[in-house]
Amino acid sequence: MLTKRIIPCLDVRDGRVVKGTKFEQIRDVDNPVRLAEFYSDNGADELVFYDITASYEGRALFTDILRETASRVFIPLTVGGGINSVEDFDRVLKCGADKVSVNSGAIRNPDLITGAAQKYGSQCVVLSVDAKRVGGQFRVFSHGGRVDTGLDALKWIRDGISRGAGEIVLNSIDTDGVKNGFDIEMLRAVTEISSVPVVASGGAGSAKDFVTLFQKVPGVDAGLAASIFHFGEVQIPELKNLLAEKNIPVRRRVFP
Amino acid sequence: MTAIVDYGVGNLFSLSCSLRSIGEEIVITSSPDEILAADRVILPGVGAFGDAAALLRESGLDKTVLTCAEDGKPLLGICLGMQLLFERSFEFGEHRGLGLLKGSIVPMEGRIPEYLKIPQIGWNSLSFKKQHPLLKYIRNGDYVYFVHSFFAADCEESLVAVTEYGCEMTAVAARDRVMGCQFHPEKSGEVGLSILKAFCEMN
Repeated sequence: MLTKRIIPCLDVRDGRVVKGTKFEQIRDVDNPVRLAEFYSDNGADELVFYDITASYEGRALFTDILRETASRVFIPLTVGGGINSVEDFDRVLKCGADKVSVNSGAIRNPDLITGAAQKYGSQCVVLSVDAKRVGGQFRVFSHGGRVDTGLDALKWIRDGISRGAGEIVLNSIDTDGVKNGFDIEMLRAVTEISSVPVVASGGAGSAKDFVTLFQKVPGVDAGLAASIFHFGEVQIPELKNLLAEKNIPVRRRVFP
Repeated sequence: MTAIVDYGVGNLFSLSCSLRSIGEEIVITSSPDEILAADRVILPGVGAFGDAAALLRESGLDKTVLTCAEDGKPLLGICLGMQLLFERSFEFGEHRGLGLLKGSIVPMEGRIPEYLKIPQIGWNSLSFKKQHPLLKYIRNGDYVYFVHSFFAADCEESLVAVTEYGCEMTAVAARDRVMGCQFHPEKSGEVGLSILKAFCEMN
């Protein structure tokens, strides 16, 4: 049976892992390569590396880190942040990324999704959406959740899928950083209209939040979180044991 | 020494890193001589079957791969590379494969319940159908990482392991020293590395 995936997300700036709470305060966590190895050894099903560097030097450092990670960690790697062109896809795929996630770059230029899907296949293209409730609507925000684009999130996701996005990461700004659980309502709405896998992001505060997520939104394929893993508040082996106890299919070691 | 056949499809970075990590010497090559000189050969691949089969034939490397199989050199196809080992594919029309394994590549669409998403993306478990040296370091039920929309059918003869996704799908197929994995061993953690290690011990 296909398992539900648990995905730690590493925000990387100037070669270090950082995590913003509500996208603002940033705290240094760890060395990205070491943290990635730690998660892989502990049963993470996939890793997301998010490049939050602005400078050219930082970007070069990021690809070095990505290359080093991909040569040591043999689980799927998704890379996002600063992906604005098909050339950016090429740059990170060459360094060992398996999937590439687009966000603001695709909002500015939706043809980026189409072009990348044609060149690399839909399985490579992840549409990451930061959404927030505005006037009874789920609204898409860009630039790390700071700018209201006016786009309806459900409409944007449908459009992205029809352009070739092979997976959706839905990050609810309303629950992000609050640590009180995933945004069940928003995720239900998205899984109902999505024909491709949906990754839930934003709001995990405990292992129980993942149980609630997979029980209440059966259409969701994966749960993503950052700080609770980085600070050791949730350990992946314990989380997977808990999910398995609740009959939620997860990958655990049969292998010794 | 393992040769990875480079015929212009897919990204070979992760595959080469995974083989190096288990201490295997590799060469990524489109040279028939280098492929024929290697102890083992890996045929990788991602993308559409028709395009990949055409690239393989245009490069003439289809003949090299067939020669390797005839010589009894261990040959491992991965993902689309595995599908290319079969007789034909019905992905967007009908395309001829290498014909080293009996069977056809068929779409999931129409063969699995509608609530299941296509492609299958993620970790699924293996059920062994028979013993095979490729599986000697792993256990029945171990998980591996899949990304695919098509799978090999009508291949009972070569069926080694299956995975359950709405129906039983071929996960590992083999006949003599021709082997294929539908999943990505280079992305399947310790289990995947153990499969590659078993392959690299074949001579």
